[in-house]
Order: sequence, then C-alpha cells, then structure tokens
Amino acid sequence: MGQKLVVIGAGMASGRALEHLFETAPGAYDVTLFGAEPRGNYNRIMLSPVLSGEKTYEEIVTHDAAWYAEHGVTTRFGEAVTGIDRTRKVVITATGETPYDKLVIATGSTPFIIPVPGHELPGVLAYRDLDDVEAMLAASRLPGARAVVIGGGLLGLEAAAGLKMRGMEVTVLHIMPHLMERQLDASAAFLLARALEARGIEVLCEAHTAEIRGQGRVEGVLLKDGRVIPADIVVMAAGIRPSSALAREAGLACNRGVLVDDAMVTSDENILAVGECVEHEGVCYGLVAPLYDQAKVVAKTLTGQEAAFTPVEISTKLKVTGCDLFSAGDFAEGPGREEIVFRDAMRGVYKRLVLEEGRILGAVMYGDTADGGWFLSKIKAREDISEIRDTLIFGPNFAGGATLDPMAAVAALPDDAEICGCNGVCKGQIIAAIDGGAKSLDAVKAVTKASTSCGSCAGLTEKVVALTLGDDFVLPAASGMCKCTDHSHDEVRKLIRAQALKSIPEVQQALQWKSSGGCASCRPALNYYLLCEWPGEYEDHGKSRFINERVHANIQKDGTYSVVPRMWGGITNAAELRAIADVAEKFAIPTVKVTGGQRIDLLGVRKEDLPAVWADLNAAGMVSGHAYAKGLRTVKTCVGTEHCRFGTQDSTGLGIKLEKALWGAWSPHKFKLAVSGCPRNCAEATCKDFGVVCVAEGYQLHVGGAAGLDVRQTELLCTVKTEEEAIEYCAAFYQLYRENAQYLHRPYKWIAKVGLDWVKQQVVENEESRKALTARFFHSQKFHQKDPWAERVRGTDSHEFAPLADLTQVAAE
Amino acid sequence: MNDFIDIGALEDIPSQGARVLRTHVGCVAVFRTAEDEVFALDDACPHKKGPLSNGIQHGRSVTCPLHNWVIDLSTGRATGADEGGVATYPVQVRGGRILLDASSLAARLAAQ
Repeated sequence: MGQKLVVIGAGMASGRALEHLFETAPGAYDVTLFGAEPRGNYNRIMLSPVLSGEKTYEEIVTHDAAWYAEHGVTTRFGEAVTGIDRTRKVVITATGETPYDKLVIATGSTPFIIPVPGHELPGVLAYRDLDDVEAMLAASRLPGARAVVIGGGLLGLEAAAGLKMRGMEVTVLHIMPHLMERQLDASAAFLLARALEARGIEVLCEAHTAEIRGQGRVEGVLLKDGRVIPADIVVMAAGIRPSSALAREAGLACNRGVLVDDAMVTSDENILAVGECVEHEGVCYGLVAPLYDQAKVVAKTLTGQEAAFTPVEISTKLKVTGCDLFSAGDFAEGPGREEIVFRDAMRGVYKRLVLEEGRILGAVMYGDTADGGWFLSKIKAREDISEIRDTLIFGPNFAGGATLDPMAAVAALPDDAEICGCNGVCKGQIIAAIDGGAKSLDAVKAVTKASTSCGSCAGLTEKVVALTLGDDFVLPAASGMCKCTDHSHDEVRKLIRAQALKSIPEVQQALQWKSSGGCASCRPALNYYLLCEWPGEYEDHGKSRFINERVHANIQKDGTYSVVPRMWGGITNAAELRAIADVAEKFAIPTVKVTGGQRIDLLGVRKEDLPAVWADLNAAGMVSGHAYAKGLRTVKTCVGTEHCRFGTQDSTGLGIKLEKALWGAWSPHKFKLAVSGCPRNCAEATCKDFGVVCVAEGYQLHVGGAAGLDVRQTELLCTVKTEEEAIEYCAAFYQLYRENAQYLHRPYKWIAKVGLDWVKQQVVENEESRKALTARFFHSQKFHQKDPWAERVRGTDSHEFAPLADLTQVAAE
Repeated sequence: MNDFIDIGALEDIPSQGARVLRTHVGCVAVFRTAEDEVFALDDACPHKKGPLSNGIQHGRSVTCPLHNWVIDLSTGRATGADEGGVATYPVQVRGGRILLDASSLAARLAAQ
C-alpha cells in the first residue's frame, strides 16, 4: 500500500502533476481526486474552440474514466471539499472525512465578477468551465440574441469570437484605452480591434460599466457615459482571482494566493499547492505553461526529489481563428529602451521589438507571427543582437542569409527555441524524442506532448519533425492510399485505366495489395474509381460502400436513419408535403427538419422501416434525395424572375434542370450546387462546389466553394449566355472532377492541386475537351440515374433490412 | 455444455456482409467473410454502441459505421490504439446451415 495522496481540484495543473507522478513513481501513492465540477480533467484552454464550434467537449477531455481506473485514482467529482483539518490530516466533505499523508491543493481560480448593480441577474455569466460554455451556447440559439462581453483581454476576446461564430451579435466592453493591454501595445491592439470589427464584433474601449439592467434577467448594460447596450447575456471576463479560501481557512499562509516555496510546498510541509490558486514570489500565474512547470515540480517533490520552480519568460497567443498575434517579454517604453518597428498597414502586419543594451526585452507581433519563437528564444537567452540588429526585425530567414524558405526559418532555430508554449516543449526536446526512437509526427506528439493542447503550433512541430527526420519523414498525404498499398490514389487511377482493371480483386491482384481484401479506407475508393472508369460495365460492389450509400439513408448516432426525399430545385407542393406528413405520422418519425439545402429531412427512422417509408414516398412521386451520397446532393435556388423584383433569370427553372441532369451520379465526394437569380446571391451560390449567379447578360459559373470544415469562396470559371451552355459547362466540370479528383476530396481541394487554369483549359477554352467530357458524363448517367429507393422497394438487397432470425420469439428454455 | 441451434442458411448472408440476430441479450451481428467464415458478436461497438452489422467488413475485421473503430471479428476486441471489446458467440457452419451456441447466449443473459 502506498501513502495516501489527496488532490483537491481536477484541473489542468493537477492533471498534469498526476501524469508526472505516475510516470516517475507508479504505485507510490493511493490517490483520491476531488473536483468541484461533475466531470474529470479536461483541457480548459480549449473551451474557446468548443464555444466557437471548432471542437467538441469530447475532443478536449484529457483524462477519462479509463485513465483514472488504470492508475487507481479514486475520483470524487462534484463533491465539494468544505474543510481541511491539518492536525488530524483529513479533508472534510459533506459525506465525511478522507485522510491524507500528503495533500495537494489545486483549487484554481474564480472569475472576478465586477460588483456593479445587476451583477446577480440571471444571464450574467463567467467564462470558466463547461457549464458556462453551455449556458452561452443555449443563449446563442435564440434568433437575434445579443451578447455583451465585459473585458477585452485574452479570455474575453476568445469568448466574443466564439459567440459571434455561433451567430450572436457581440459587443466587447473594455475599460482600458486599448485591447489586451497586458500583452499588446496600442498599434497591435488597433489592428486586432479592426480585425474583430471586420468580423462584426463591436469593440468599445474606455467603456465603464455602470449597471447591468433587466427585469428578472439581463436586458442590457448601462455605461457611465449614459449609453445602453442591449444584451441577452453578459459575459464577465474581467480577470481571475486565485481560489485560496479553503487554504486560508485551514490556516495556511496566504496572500492573494496560497503561498508556496520553490518546491511548491505551502507553510505546512505535508501540503503542496499547484496552479492558479498559487502565489510564488509575489506572482500568481494564469497561463498554462508556468502551471505545467509547477506540476513537474509537484510530482518531483512528492517523490522526494529536489526540484525548484523557476518562472520563465512566457509568450501569449490568441486562439481566435484568423487573428494571429504574439507577444512576449516586456515591451513597455522607458528610458534607455529602443524600438524597432515594422509596419505593413495594407497587409495588416505589425512587428515591434523593444531593445535595451543590445538585447531584446520584448516582442509584439500581429498578422505574421511565424518568427515569434525565434524572438522568444533570443529574449530568454538574453542574447546580444547588436551584430544582426540591421536585419533583426525580418526574422531568422534574413539573419541566416537564406532564402525565404519556411524550413530554413525552422532550421535556424536554436535547440532551446520554444515550439509548444502550452506544454513547454522546445526544439531540442523534439529532436531528442526522435533520436530516442519516435519516427513519425504522431510518435513525437505522443512522447513530447507538443501541439496537443491548443494546437496552434502544429505546423511548427511538423516542420521540426520533417527537418530532423530528413528523407525519412513522410507526410501522410504523400504515401500510399492506405496501409494496404504503397500506390497513391492518382497512381491507382492511372493503372486502372492503363491496365483496364475492372474489379476490386483484379486491382488488388495486379497492384499487389498487401492485405487480403483491402480495408474500409481503400475499398470504397476503389469501388468509386472503377464505377467512374467503366460505366455500364463495372458492377457496383455494395459491400465496399459505407452503410449510408448501401441503405440510401444517413445513419444517426443511435443506429436509426434519416431520410431526405428529393425536391427538385427546392420546390415542393401541397401533395408532396401531405405525403411527407403522412409518412412521418405512420412511422412515428420523431424529427422532421428543414435542411440547409432546402429539403425536408425525416430523422429517426428505424432501419427495418426504410423500405416501407420509401414505398410511400415513391407512391407520392418522390425519389431519393441522395442526402447520403458522395454524389449530387442538392441544387439550392432563389425564386428568380418568377417572383423576385430583382431577378434577372429564371434561377429556379435552371436549378431544376441542373438537378435533373446531374442527379444519381457518383463522385469522389458530395457535390452541392446553387443558382442565384441575381448578384444579391440569396441562394449562396458562391460557397458551393458549383454555383451559378445569374446576371442580366447571362450566367456566371463559379466553382470550388465550400462551407464546412473549410470555408471557401468560389472562383469564377467563366460567364455563359444561355441556360443550355450553363448545363453543358456544369456537366463538363463535374465529369472532369469525377475523373480526376482523389476519393474524398471536394472540388476545392482538387482545384488547389491541379490549378484553376488547367480546369478552365479543359472546360472553357478547349471546346473539344468540353464536349467529350459532357458526352462521357451523360453516357455514364444512363446507368446511374435510377432511383435506389424504388429498387429497394422492389426487393433489391432486402437482406439489409430484415433480421436473419428472431430468437426472442422462440420460447425461452 | 454447448447447445448449437440453427439460425439460418449461410446463403442468407451475402459474402462480406452481415445480418442481425434478435436475441434476449440484444442484437447479435452475424458476419460472413469473403472466405465464408462466420462470426457472431454483439451488434454494439464498445465505443458508442454503433451497429457493427452495418460496418464495412474486411479480412477478419469490421469497421464501425459511427466512428471507424476496427473490431476483430474472431475476438470481439478493438484493434489498433482503441481499447475495449464486445461479447462473441461460438458459431459453426454445417451443411450450409449456421449453428450458434445457445448456451453462450444463456450465459450472457445470466451475466447481465
């Protein structure tokens, strides 16, 4: 039996301390972990991406139940510790007492709520934990909801950006003359404010909150100058205070935070403290890097090793997608201090270095932060830069005299240059990990933890790994299709054509597949390549398709399916709607939803009901909407000249014609269209794979848009005069994409690879090529324009929908 | 004590396909590989209970349709970096008929 270790607080610092402890001395302690939140350790600094929707909560969990179990940690989440009895060495909770030999206090911090009148109204939130994020998300779901964020520091701005991305109207109130005054100077803050305003976030500086107003809940914020900002929620991000009350009541020495020595021990030799609740040499820390350093020291002290926490220069990055800023060190003006400033106002780039006696004291960068790590390493090393001062501001590329190669910049970094600020990983540690046997990017990440917290250094980490491994480094994209083959997607397609390979086993045989039958990654790709190459000859292999394409509906998390009937161009009528309503009632379909592509989605259909649902929809004249397909999804339209006073062409009519021409085709990935009747673009055609914007003199054809994981605006392919041409060019473009793109690449990815000029050449400039593409497309459509629902209703693949046997009907023995 | 019962014909399951068997312990997925081997395991991925019978089968494995966990059909264990597993049930193929050990279902029911 080990000694008893009790940890109060399940945050990032205590989580990291436990990791180090179990690494160095597994089994030394029996650990009991208390947490005020009803959940385990998660990566709190990643709450901003959760708020903005770029990550889910599951993705930021750092320790799950299995991890605690593996290390024998008794977890007591959601149970508040109310006291510590130091003489009897027990902690007290509502359920009783828990004894300890060693105690770690990691109670973190409490958001500071400005005590203005109204601060207790419902709708006033902090930004600290998942519950706060969920409360913000709930508020953001109301249409037209407004948020006021009080505090224009790191946390406040991340909250503001996240809420804006969730569709709220957002105003940031900041009491100081410029944003992030602790990290930025006025010029960088100005560029930042301008960038935020460009995204529609209102920024008010020198804004003093007088009162939060509302009857029963928040309705607005009154400023001291008399302005009133309407608000449905108010987020207080005005700073944090160390949570030291528990330690204070237990009689431990406290100032602002719990006082600790260099070994992280409090005034009681059996009690340590770590994290945001701690005060060390007069400083309380709120950024994660120094807390991780403290965690290392705690683990060492607990295992009887000598260790001392030494504060280091820390740098800051803002995690707002699209706003690149970096700051480090001390950049206040002062006697004897000099500055080097670089400005490119048009590009929105600003860099400023503060020097003293030939050394860099501080660096602030906005817009282009690639050299931040290089400057930080010079600040930390207190390096004399007099010799390179002339070109210093241009960064390591220039200092090294090399060309503007991003790899050269990374190569020029010294070994102690910080790569990952969150986890305190420097370049030398990555190299050491590789020397120690980590032979891939993933292995390096697993060993060093670089780029595993906020992820903003992922590109840099990859470059260091690439440089160190040299020729041994393989980017995943450059390798084979999957582990079954070393041939790339492009090679496989060429060989299928050249060797006239006409079935999956043939391909695998001829190209020497390394696995017996392929895998879930290569088989769907091969099936598509063969289907595209040999229309009418190749017989579709359903068992190599993802379930959605096998059962013509979308699988949901509980194993039920969603069904979307086609509505040509987004046009429906009373009879179709009645049939949909009847189906929804007859099969007790729980959710009926309008989709973003102007269709109606029936969600929660049981798999065994699918054929009957389709039969009823077929009977009303509706066919599969292919909402599950790597193929034509929907053509979204506006009402055009038919109803709209601005319409220039019949956009609905063209949309229907395009949909009737393209439906049923399979492609490397889904393919979405839209037709807008005028440049006001109500059908949002310029973020589609193929978009038509009607103008008075014809039709602008746009390609390569996206509005998903990546958001891309389309590029103009060409302008044509007639509807017939629009359809012809569209079919030619689709066929070119079908024949050339890698499986699972959307058109924008493929265009980035082959270049828009080449696409224009094939589809626009070379008429012969266009006609041939169009002819091949419509030939292939002869085989693929079959309603899969009707086929299933007639009995195709009926085994998919019925059980093999039902033993529950057999009398139990 | 084994107690093999007839649950259907090998022909009833397409090659590289799966069918569901309804039982008192829940749905059991019965897989037929390209080599005509047959495996029976709980139709619920150890990760988020995804219906494994709906996954893509390859070799002696199936990839869950929800989040791409790969489950070994012969052991029911997750492969690669993922951990966990599902119950498997002994099956035999005799004269084109699939036989499943009912005592293993009974044992599973008793354990629940």
